[in-house]
Amino acid sequence: MKRILFLIPLLLLLSGCSGNWGWYVVDPTTTNGAANLRFMASGAYNTILMSLTAISISIVVGLLIALPGISQNRGWRAVNRTYVEIVRSVPILVLLLWVYYGLPQLSGITLNVFWAGVLALALSDSAFQAEIFRAGIQSISKGQYEAAQSISLNYRDTMRYIILPQAIRRILPALGNQLVYMLKMSSLVSVIGMQELTRKANELVVSEYRPLEIYTILVLEYLVLILIVSAGVRWLERRMKSGEA
Amino acid sequence: MTNALPLITMRNVSKFFGDFQALNNVSLDVALGERVVICGPSGSGKSTLIRCINRLEAHEAGKIVVDGITLTEDAESLEKIRGIVGMVFQQFNLFPHLTVLDNLCLGPRRVLGLSQAEAKARAMKYLERVQIPDQADKYPRQLSGGQQQRVAIARSLCMEPRILLFDEPTSALDPEMIAEVLEVMTGLASSGMTMIVVTHEMGFARRVADKMVFMDKGEIVEVGAPEDVFTAPKSKRFATFLQQIINH
Repeated sequence: MKRILFLIPLLLLLSGCSGNWGWYVVDPTTTNGAANLRFMASGAYNTILMSLTAISISIVVGLLIALPGISQNRGWRAVNRTYVEIVRSVPILVLLLWVYYGLPQLSGITLNVFWAGVLALALSDSAFQAEIFRAGIQSISKGQYEAAQSISLNYRDTMRYIILPQAIRRILPALGNQLVYMLKMSSLVSVIGMQELTRKANELVVSEYRPLEIYTILVLEYLVLILIVSAGVRWLERRMKSGEA
Repeated sequence: MTNALPLITMRNVSKFFGDFQALNNVSLDVALGERVVICGPSGSGKSTLIRCINRLEAHEAGKIVVDGITLTEDAESLEKIRGIVGMVFQQFNLFPHLTVLDNLCLGPRRVLGLSQAEAKARAMKYLERVQIPDQADKYPRQLSGGQQQRVAIARSLCMEPRILLFDEPTSALDPEMIAEVLEVMTGLASSGMTMIVVTHEMGFARRVADKMVFMDKGEIVEVGAPEDVFTAPKSKRFATFLQQIINH
């Protein structure tokens, strides 16, 4: 009962009645509000493009890093461990700053904001993808390899036709998780000036000075994006499952 | 058949799993067209023995020669041997994400380089042979255990091997499905296929085997024609074993 009493002032604070809200900044019925909403939504394109590009790269790199991790050879496994442990321990924001500000000094190659963001996100995620793939591949029974060997399939074909298709079905929920994570982490790229959802919101806050409403809309924008991704991943899972029902 | 060059020769083959000696100085010859049935208590090394023939297990001492090719870790000899040796597993090991037809076509397409149409024609031919052509478009999970094992046999046959190894092919099956698998295997035997079968199905052994091999503790204890060993096993261990599985 006491807890509910505590909630009442909180609800009052959050409700329109308290007078602290200024929804007019994002009211689609007013010209200014509609323009502000359009401005905020225009960041979605870069958020999505950056996340999808980064996850595509990280899946490929992650797989390439996972394969030595399941090798019989101790040296190859060490390569996998070293990569995973080092990359996994760097915070994404730090990696982003390092790639954007540090890498040009080191290599003379200057990446634009988009590619610096993609590189940092993909690198960071690839270590996690490598672990996911390794777990997925190791979950496939030894009998599958033996059956493949008994019909003389080589390593590449065994991976391509037998092991990976089964492993990917199993790790699909985890891959979906990583895509959600990627969409959220892409907000960090706003700090180097990428014009994505978070950056647009920040810019609008500076001009309109209504952080509460604008950031609330930002939260909703990410929510919608991620709900769409979740639904998509679920659809994919169902579709792949029905194949082997 | 006795004067023909053996298709498989195993000489003093030994294999260890850590400290455990799975095979102890095993020697065995298998002639072309010969049907060998291997039996013995669990852990006696019978599965290990046939798994060494296509190098699913690597032997550590001794020599294995298959069709004139000495089995080593050399990839080329291994590829050649696996090309002529097929294997059927206790747990079927079908590829669950592929249809029956795709399970059968994969090897012929990727390894033998057949076209899609050729591979499919061959797959259908062997599905007819194991009497389930109507299941071609199903997934393994939709089939009964007996049907799955027959698909697995057809998958091996699609590679047109000269030797077929069976590793307890009916041990994972419900009793009513054992007969249909044994029937297919009996059919194969009468077609002249060289077969090595690890099984406890003594009725099948009696009908089909040219040679019975009894193993215990990693050693071949007794080898003989089924009509001899079943009526008068020479070793006490084999006699006890036969007693146990017949009276089980």
